[in-house]
Amino acid sequence: MDLMEYQAKELFAKHGVAVTQGIVVEQAEDAAAATEQLGGVVVVKAQVKAGGRGKAGGVKLAKSPEEAVEHARNILGMEIKGLTVNRVLIAPAAAIEEEYYFSFLLDRANRSYLCIASVEGGVEIEEVAKTNPDAVKKINVDAGTGVDQAKAEAIVDEAGFPAALRDQAVEMVQALWKVFVEEDATLVEVNPLARLSGDVLEALDGKVSLDENADFRHPEHEGFVIREEEDQLEAKAKDKDLNYVKLDGSVGIIGNGAGLVMSTLDVVAYAGEKYGGVTPANFLDIGGGANAQVMADGLDVILHDPQVKAVFVNVFGGITACDEVANGIVGALGILGAEASKPLVVRLDGNNVEEGHRILAEANHPLVTLVDTMDGAADRAAELAAQSTSA
Amino acid sequence: MSIYLNKDSKIIVQGMTGGMGSKHTALMVDAGSNIVGGVNARKAGTSVELGGQELPVFGSVKEAMAETGADVSVVFVPPAFTKDACVEAIDAGINLLVVITEGVPVQDTAEVFAYLQSDANHAGTRMIGPNCPGIITPEESLAGITPHTIAGKGPVGLVSKSGTLTYQMMYELKDYGFTTAIGIGGDPIIGTTHIDALEAFENDPETKAIVMIGEIGGDAEERAAAYIQEHVTKPVVGYVAGFTAPEGKTMGHAGAIVSGSLGTAQAKKEALEAAGVKVGKTPSETAALMREILEAL
Repeated sequence: MDLMEYQAKELFAKHGVAVTQGIVVEQAEDAAAATEQLGGVVVVKAQVKAGGRGKAGGVKLAKSPEEAVEHARNILGMEIKGLTVNRVLIAPAAAIEEEYYFSFLLDRANRSYLCIASVEGGVEIEEVAKTNPDAVKKINVDAGTGVDQAKAEAIVDEAGFPAALRDQAVEMVQALWKVFVEEDATLVEVNPLARLSGDVLEALDGKVSLDENADFRHPEHEGFVIREEEDQLEAKAKDKDLNYVKLDGSVGIIGNGAGLVMSTLDVVAYAGEKYGGVTPANFLDIGGGANAQVMADGLDVILHDPQVKAVFVNVFGGITACDEVANGIVGALGILGAEASKPLVVRLDGNNVEEGHRILAEANHPLVTLVDTMDGAADRAAELAAQSTSA
Repeated sequence: MSIYLNKDSKIIVQGMTGGMGSKHTALMVDAGSNIVGGVNARKAGTSVELGGQELPVFGSVKEAMAETGADVSVVFVPPAFTKDACVEAIDAGINLLVVITEGVPVQDTAEVFAYLQSDANHAGTRMIGPNCPGIITPEESLAGITPHTIAGKGPVGLVSKSGTLTYQMMYELKDYGFTTAIGIGGDPIIGTTHIDALEAFENDPETKAIVMIGEIGGDAEERAAAYIQEHVTKPVVGYVAGFTAPEGKTMGHAGAIVSGSLGTAQAKKEALEAAGVKVGKTPSETAALMREILEAL
C-alpha cells in the first residue's frame, strides 16, 4: 500500500525522523485556520499518490491565510495523473539551502535491500541519475545485519553529506531505517531531504510503500486506508478478498492466477484490435480455489461495472479441476439470478476438462458460450463486447 | 535427468498436518513423490494417513532428516511462521527448500535469503519460492502443488514466475513433455531466479530446449536475457505476461533508478530478443515457437 505524504510523515515522526508534519485539510476554508496556527508563509500541497504534483500545479506557496484558502480551493478537486485531490497538506514553508535525495528500498537483483542517496539533486533525482550517475550513490544493505550506527555513518560518508550535517544525517538514516524495518516498508523515500537555514536537516517530503503481506503484524496500518479514495468496485472486491484492478475497457475478465489473468488481458487486447480497439475492463484473479461462491463474488463485482459489455472467464483447472469450476460458474449464475445480464464466454482447460464442458453444456445457460481455446474465447468475448457497444 | 529434484529425492513436508499441507501431501504421494514424513512440533510422534500412506510426524526438521534421510522440504506453514520454518530447515542442512506459502512478508524472505548467504554451512541449501507452485520432474517426483497429470517426461525445461501460466504452458506442450518444470514465484525477492534455473537446465543433458515465462515488474527478465546471451547454448523461448497492463501507480523514482528499466513487458521482450530468445505474444504463440524448435531438433 502506497501512503500519502502526510501519512508517510506521520510514520516519520513516530520513528524520530526530523520532519514538520503540518495540517491536513479537506475543506478549502479550513486552510485559513491551519495557516494561522502554523504562522508565517506556508506551502499548500495536494495529497495524492502520484509524483509530479508540483509540475501539475498542486503545490503552492501562500503568504496569508486568505491566499492559502485560495490555493486550497484551486487544488482541491484538481486531477493529477487521473487522481482527484481530496485533501491538501498545509506545511510551514521552509528556507531551503540545499536539496538531497535519500531512500531505502528492496533490491530484487541482490535479493536484499538498497540505500540510494545523493547530495546533488533532490527533486530532479532522475535527471541527476542520467547526467551524473556517480552523484547517485547506491549502497547495499544486508537484510540480516541491517543499519546500525556504524553502517549509518558509512552511508552518510559515502553519500558525501556536508560535515556540518553529518551527525544529523547519521541520526536521520537510522530513523528512516526504523521506518523501513519496523513498519515493514518496501520503499521509504525522502525527496527532498533539505538543508534548511541554520544547518538543519529535515525531510520535506516523504513516500512510503507498505508491504500488505505484513499487515498481520501491523493492524494499525488499516488506519491508512482511505475508503473514499478507493475505486468502489476495487473496495468491494477487496472486502471479498479478490484481487481486482479496474481498467477502462469493456470486456470483464475473471481468471485464476495473476500470470494467467495478466496474459488474458493481453490476449483480449490483441483480439480487440479487430473490433475497433476493444480492451479489458479489469484484472480479476480469483486464485486457486474457484468454487461457486468465489466465482459468484467475482462475477458480482464485474457485472456491477457499467462499462462491462461481455465477460471472459478463463480458468486453467489445476488443483481445482474444471468440473468444480464449471459447477462454480453454474452455481454463481444461480446465486446472481437476474443480476447476471451480460454474455459470458468461458474457456476451461486442464484437469477434468471434458467433465467441465459437459456440466456447462448440460446447464445450457443462455448467457454462456463455451470456447475451447484461450485465443478463440478472447476473440469471441471482444466481438460480443463490440456488438453490445454498437447496438 | 532433471534439475534439483528426481525419483531419489526424499521429501518431508513442513505444515503437513494443516489444510493446504495435508491436501497437497496426498497429491504429491499420488504423483509418485517419495514423501517420508512431516514436521509439527506439537504432533511429534504421531502419524497421519495421506494419499494412502501412513506418514510419520516429527518434532523438527533435524529429527525428520536424521530418521528418514530426507533431502527436500516443502513448506506449507502460514505466512507468519514461514521465516522460522525456513531457518529451521536451513539449520538442519536441507538440500532443497520449496516454499509454497503465499503472502510471506518480503522482509522475512529477505532475511531468510540473507541467512542462507551469511554462513558457508548454509550454502548447501537451495530455496525455491516463496509464493510458488514448486517443482515437478514428471513421472519422478513433485515437490509442490503443480498438477502432475498435465504433462509427462520430455525434452523441455520450464521456468516460470507464474503458477497458472506454468500449468498452461505444460498443457500446451504436453505431447512433448518436460525434464523439470519449476515455478519460481512472483514475489520481489525469491530464492531461485530465472538465471539459477537457466544455468541448471543448460547443464542438464536431457533438457534440449527451455521455456522461460516472466511477468511485468522488476528486471529479472532483463538480467536473465544478459545471462542467456553469455552462458546458454540451448534454444530458449520466452513469454512475458502483461503487455497491455496499464502503467502501475508506482511511487517515487527509486525502482526505475535501480534497474534502469521500467519493468514493462515490451522492455523485457526486447531484451530477450536481443539475446536471441524467441518471444511469443501469447501462451499459444509461445508454445508454437517451441514446437518449431523441437521439430527441428
